Amino acid sequence: MVSNETSAPGGRGWPTNGKPALELKEHVVEVISDSGEGAQKCAQSFAAVAAKMGNGVWTVEIIPAEIQPPARSMAGASGNRIRVGSFYVTNGGDQADLVVAFNEQVLLGRLQAAEIKPGGIILLESKWATDPDAQIAHTYCEVRDRLRSEGYCLYEVPMETECLKCVSDARRGKNMFVLGLLNSLYSQDLDISQQQIVQTFGKKGAKVVQANRKLLEAGYQWAEANLDLKFRIPPAGITEPQIVVNGNTALALGIIASGMEVCAMYPITPATSASHYLSDVFEKAGGVVHQAEDEIAACCFAIGASYAGKCAVTITSGPGYSLKQEAIGLAAMGEIPLVVVNVQRGGPSTGQPTKMEQGDLLAACFGTHGDAPKVVMAAACIEDCFYSMIAARKIAETYRLPVIVLTDANLATAQQPFVRPKFQKEWVAPPIDQSPVPPGVRPYEWEARTGLSERFIPGRPGGIHTLTGLAHDRQSRVAYDPEVNQEGIHHRSLKLAAFQQTLKPPGVHGEDEGDLLVVGWGSTRGAIEEAVDRLRAEGEAVSALHLTFLWPMPSGLQEILRRFRKVLAVEASWCDRLEDDLVTEDNRRYSNLAWLLRARYLVDVDCWSEVKGQPIKPGSIEAALRSRLAGIPHRSLDPALTPSI
Amino acid sequence: MNPFLDERWLAAHDEYHRLEDYQGSTPRWCSGCGDHTILTALLRLCRDEQLPPEKTVFVSGIGCSSRFPHYLKTYGFHSLHGRALPVAEGIKLRRPDLHVFVTTGDGDCCSIGTAHWIHAIRYNMNLTVIMHDNHIYGLTKMQASPTSPRGLKSNTSPRGAYLDALNPLTTTLGVANVSFVAQAADWIPEVLHQLLSAAYRHRGFSFIRVLQRCPNYLPTHFDAWLQDPNRILLLTHSQGLQADAALARIYRNQCEHDPADLNRARELSSHPELMPIGILYRNEQVPCYEDVRRRTQTFTPEMIARVLDEEFDQFTVEPWVGAATVAEPNPPAPARATSPSLNLEAGPAQPRLEPASEARS
Ligand SMILES: Cc1ncc(C[n+]2csc(CCOP(=O)(O)OP(=O)(O)O)c2C)c(N)n1
Ligand code: SF4
Repeated sequence: MVSNETSAPGGRGWPTNGKPALELKEHVVEVISDSGEGAQKCAQSFAAVAAKMGNGVWTVEIIPAEIQPPARSMAGASGNRIRVGSFYVTNGGDQADLVVAFNEQVLLGRLQAAEIKPGGIILLESKWATDPDAQIAHTYCEVRDRLRSEGYCLYEVPMETECLKCVSDARRGKNMFVLGLLNSLYSQDLDISQQQIVQTFGKKGAKVVQANRKLLEAGYQWAEANLDLKFRIPPAGITEPQIVVNGNTALALGIIASGMEVCAMYPITPATSASHYLSDVFEKAGGVVHQAEDEIAACCFAIGASYAGKCAVTITSGPGYSLKQEAIGLAAMGEIPLVVVNVQRGGPSTGQPTKMEQGDLLAACFGTHGDAPKVVMAAACIEDCFYSMIAARKIAETYRLPVIVLTDANLATAQQPFVRPKFQKEWVAPPIDQSPVPPGVRPYEWEARTGLSERFIPGRPGGIHTLTGLAHDRQSRVAYDPEVNQEGIHHRSLKLAAFQQTLKPPGVHGEDEGDLLVVGWGSTRGAIEEAVDRLRAEGEAVSALHLTFLWPMPSGLQEILRRFRKVLAVEASWCDRLEDDLVTEDNRRYSNLAWLLRARYLVDVDCWSEVKGQPIKPGSIEAALRSRLAGIPHRSLDPALTPSI
Repeated sequence: MNPFLDERWLAAHDEYHRLEDYQGSTPRWCSGCGDHTILTALLRLCRDEQLPPEKTVFVSGIGCSSRFPHYLKTYGFHSLHGRALPVAEGIKLRRPDLHVFVTTGDGDCCSIGTAHWIHAIRYNMNLTVIMHDNHIYGLTKMQASPTSPRGLKSNTSPRGAYLDALNPLTTTLGVANVSFVAQAADWIPEVLHQLLSAAYRHRGFSFIRVLQRCPNYLPTHFDAWLQDPNRILLLTHSQGLQADAALARIYRNQCEHDPADLNRARELSSHPELMPIGILYRNEQVPCYEDVRRRTQTFTPEMIARVLDEEFDQFTVEPWVGAATVAEPNPPAPARATSPSLNLEAGPAQPRLEPASEARS
């Protein structure tokens, strides 16, 4: 980190008091409050300003488990974590460098969760010191003093007092005060925040805008006058217009862009917000969101809509996914295109509804009874959530099968700017075919090589048949003959081979061979690659491989896996630890992806997992990789081999 | 011009559809099974209404009764046990131009599919739903059904069914948005046909329960009603069932029932002794879900592009002019985890899809 004096741009004419700004590569900032105090809005605005300043950004929502947790409680922390970088940011990063807390209890909650860096910077609302309730005042002072003695760099900020100089109800204004404060701290252009306020509050009228601008400026000026801190995070060189949305909104936008017309769903966290947003906008584009009576109905409704029209989509999370399994089998058997999104959460059962896990991969690949070939793919970043819908729709329709798209609670609520997509006509499903079926062509005219056949959508003269979930022949007649049953299974399976042939082998992040290959899927990509980069910078021969298609997997993987001395799957799905007394190589339960890779490629894939309900931090992965590397004898630790980054 | 849209097709289109034109494969039900009569009545209905076979879809669940679609020459969808209704709803929502029928059994509808049944009543989509009620599970070989009367012996209730039967009529009549309820019996085919027509012509969710004999497992179960027509109560009305002289001679027990009278309908359906046959309830005023959710827009790529643009505008962050100027030599941005992984190489083209014409919907 270089400390160099720059002309910290506070915007046109904003005083900077001439403080030198410490230049940083990145910072992780948290803004937390009781729910309803607006920390989220503040943090999101801060993130938007950073994005406009050209920084890389990743935001993580901090959501209390209860809807209305009691005020000033450790479990009640609500807000956001924002990672701002001078590079393209791919994950939420490690512990927070700086936290703004509206009371000491929510702060304690985050400290207890080990989310704040030891010795980190804390900006704490100071009004509690003089609270009329002596108990509160006492607790506050005790916490403040203890944290200082523990080495935290704690600043008291009289948020309430300062806000009351601008508005009568400080509770609703603190967030914009804090935004101004953060703008000063990070040398951001205050004008951008001013615009942000007009955008956010414009609908509420000039008075509200005015009040919030006053608060913003007050925060800015207070920080300039009272804090000896000033940072600057140089831009990442991002110059194209960016979309800032979370993964669920990206999914919904992707659904619109794919030309799917029906989304059937049943509310379940953390998938629901995708449907909230879609319900709001889908009709404008001619689509319908149907809230069914349960997930089984939602899946069957989507299947009905697909059968009679364009491919439809159903969105759910783990428990709902379990309920859909039988219907997914019907789509596989009847060869009805269907897109199923599973925004994974912690399991089993009701598990951790608002928390992140990657436990449904095997259920997605194999959960349906019988042989039900389907495509399983996973989004690794917010942008993927958008494009995966377009790809999934296309695959489902081309191959007449269900496509399962896995995302998770991390992607659902995280925001990461991505380049504004430019709409392409090819994304959209073509109008449904209602032309007569040529004489002699049957509803399952399986092509010998690919298993593909043309779908007869009701309304097509000459295409009359009864689609059935029973084993059937090419004419869709119930198969009583054992040969016919096998023929159907055979051809449905061939479709996956045909599809697999179209997949590109994934690129290895890092060198193509070495000591350790870390394999992952889904939202852990950014954190894994960051951890790998840190070790590569030290000369370790570590690489990463991230899979978008989990079933089937692209060709060439076995060769890649075999070029490394050790292969480690890293994912947020449980694996037994060999350190445990009773766990042996014989009874060890592997994590989801490790099972798949071991079974398919006969490679001794090890695994490491963390299931704390939080996105896995690059630092945790880094530590795990270090310990695995230590177990590899005679490592090719040669800095010259590996380009340092 | 579509090469297949030749005279032959046009002729096929304009053709008068005879009863045989709707016949599919040979039914595999037991002889004497009530399902045969229901099939005949529905074939007649298709013929009488001249339903275009390619525009007609029969959806079913699983059970003997759910084999139905295979025996018709229309589009059919033989789905999952209990799930015919949501499948049919998805079809109807997307394609209101199709005539959608649902055939389901008492286990299919009133046990495993109960949630869907209740909600389907409330959605009130324009579907004709025929519930074959044989008071037993046929396909799985004689287990008790929710509609089995107490005491009925079955393989899962060898000493007699333990509970009172669920009444599908009163249940349906108790749900919000109920719009058409009728009851027929397979052994009175004239009435069955009349009621099926009325059900089909009703715009909304038409629920018709057909008492259906299962000679294989319950050979004498309905004998009491067969042998004593006086245990049947014909509900007649100028707006409902009309009993001709022949019918009136057999079924003397008749009453005028106005299908608009919901309370009376509930009373009649819960009569302890008499089996009401006729239209119990009809209300043409209940809105249909597919109309409520009717698309006001036709789906075009241009419209999608416009909506996406509007939405993107809301979420777009335009980097500020200073953003491009990187003050310090900055490490290059790491390879971005972006969509190229999803840009599939051109897979096999859509197999044999002819230039598609937009659905008439
Ligand atoms: C999920 C599931 N559970 C159970 C079954 C087995 N099953 C098939 S049909 C049926 C009951 C059929 O009874 P009913 O609906 O009354 O129709 P019927 O055969 O009498 O016409 C059952 C239990 C199944 N196919 N699927
Ligand atoms: S078992 Fe009963 S319901 Fe099934 S076909 Fe035979 S008679 Fe009909």
